[in-house]
Amino acid sequence: MKRQESWGTRVGLVLAMAGNAVGLGNFLRFPAQAAQNGGGAFIIPYLISFLLMGIPLLWVEWTIGRNGGKFGHHSTPGMFDVMGKKKWLKYIGVFGLFTNLTVASYYCYIESWSLSYVYHSIVGTFFETKPTEFFPAYIGTTGNNIFAFPQEALFWFLLTLGLNVWILSRGLVKGIEMAAKIGMPLLILFGVILAIRGLTLTTTDTGVVQSPLEGLNFVWEPQFSGLTNPTTWLAAAGQIFFTLSVGMGSIHCYASYVREKDDIALNASSAGWMNEFVEVLLGGSILIPIATAYLGLNMVQAATAGGSGFGIGFLTLPTLFNNWGWFAPIAGAMWFGLLFFAGITSSLAMGQPIMAFLSDEFKFNRNKSAISFGALTLMLGLVCVLFYPGGSFDEFDFWTGTFSLVAFALLEIIAFAFILGIDKGWEELNRGADIKIPTFFKVVIKYVTPVFISIIFIGALIKPSTDWLTAFSNLFSGLGWPFAPESVIGKIFHVGSDKYKWVVDGMFTSDFVKDITRLLLAATFILISYMVYIAWKRKKLEVNK
Amino acid sequence: MKTSAIIMLVIAWSVIAFFTVRFFIKVLKTPTKE
Repeated sequence: MKRQESWGTRVGLVLAMAGNAVGLGNFLRFPAQAAQNGGGAFIIPYLISFLLMGIPLLWVEWTIGRNGGKFGHHSTPGMFDVMGKKKWLKYIGVFGLFTNLTVASYYCYIESWSLSYVYHSIVGTFFETKPTEFFPAYIGTTGNNIFAFPQEALFWFLLTLGLNVWILSRGLVKGIEMAAKIGMPLLILFGVILAIRGLTLTTTDTGVVQSPLEGLNFVWEPQFSGLTNPTTWLAAAGQIFFTLSVGMGSIHCYASYVREKDDIALNASSAGWMNEFVEVLLGGSILIPIATAYLGLNMVQAATAGGSGFGIGFLTLPTLFNNWGWFAPIAGAMWFGLLFFAGITSSLAMGQPIMAFLSDEFKFNRNKSAISFGALTLMLGLVCVLFYPGGSFDEFDFWTGTFSLVAFALLEIIAFAFILGIDKGWEELNRGADIKIPTFFKVVIKYVTPVFISIIFIGALIKPSTDWLTAFSNLFSGLGWPFAPESVIGKIFHVGSDKYKWVVDGMFTSDFVKDITRLLLAATFILISYMVYIAWKRKKLEVNK
Repeated sequence: MKTSAIIMLVIAWSVIAFFTVRFFIKVLKTPTKE
């Protein structure tokens, strides 16, 4: 029998898992979320959410993964199939393929921006052109069209995708593990250098208007009022959820290559804490302190409105680096290089489950499955690139990078605790463990974590346009629930869009692009479900032969 | 920086750095079971 592929070293596995979790959000989303949710008020719910939801969910996903690997399954449909006797269980696993494929499609595009910005930082583009002028021209949003053909962006996108496919085609040890062993230390090194440079800025330096320590003070000054604010809790729990890359199916896939008797409890904990190290210690010490130093705290809060640090990270920081003279191109290359390493170690983790599914269920060899992943990602990614101005990219981000993750995590924790059964699951988690997990977590996994995820799920479903306390007050006063346009209900019913039309003056509108994108995503989900159906039908036929 | 912010930062950074280093060293030291 052919020996199953497995990780070369334990350190390689942990770095690959940490690399999967560490993404652009560690450096862009976390500081913005902290800034928008009261700074120090955010940190306490954030850390509590990590302990009660993040770590338990990591253990659950590693357990489901290693258990599936035991039966020769390296993608989620097979893993869920072996969790119980119900035939429909494998269809829960469709989420683990759908999310990886569709997120990779737009995530590789962001990743390519980072790579392109490394190049432009080195050649000094941002000395001559402001990033606020450069970026819209780069992605093709300067006109009023719903369509763009951004040649340079396409070139970098194809290059990034090609790089991903090439690394994936080299296999687990020579590809993914090697990339993690190079990317993660470099990422941490660049982060440390930038954090030290940023935090040692003083008001006597050119352009500095405020001490960077004011920014750090803002993030860390404890405000216990945050503990009673549901909005802060939802933001903190949401950040933990997205930063750990749970609900994707990629952790399951990586864990499925762990041998049956090898530890997962310690490995999962190590990878999870490493992600927190990068996010809190580095992610919290670069963007906000540097931006505060040059823009002032009020501007930073305004620029992170909406909870995204993308604007500061891509549009403002390159200009601020210009104050650093000869070091500016190096700082720019380090910052975007760091984002690129964070991105590629995550996108590789999105590719492997798709390859594993094609390899396990349709007997594709490694090259064929890597090229298939590249081709599928390119097809979906082109929609994001070409219809970026029409809002296609944002639709992908919302439905796959936000909603689908939470839905999958909710289903998997229920399946783990109540279908596989918490006793069996707990035993599986602890088999071969190199640390003793406190029994208290058995209760947490069964009851607390599902409640946490349910709250995030419901929060996404009915997110109000006001804060939660005001929304409940409105509801009980008979004024109804103020659905936010970015809530799931709000998105479905186009809340806040007064002139919802597909065609205006003979031209297709962004409403048309958004609806078509949703149909495309739904069709992708159905197609993957059909492939799962076909794969199991073939298995049945083979057994009956 | 205010004293309360420094205390909060030191506690959180210490806890995160402690567990990150502790678990990673354990990973490095513990061989896999063949």
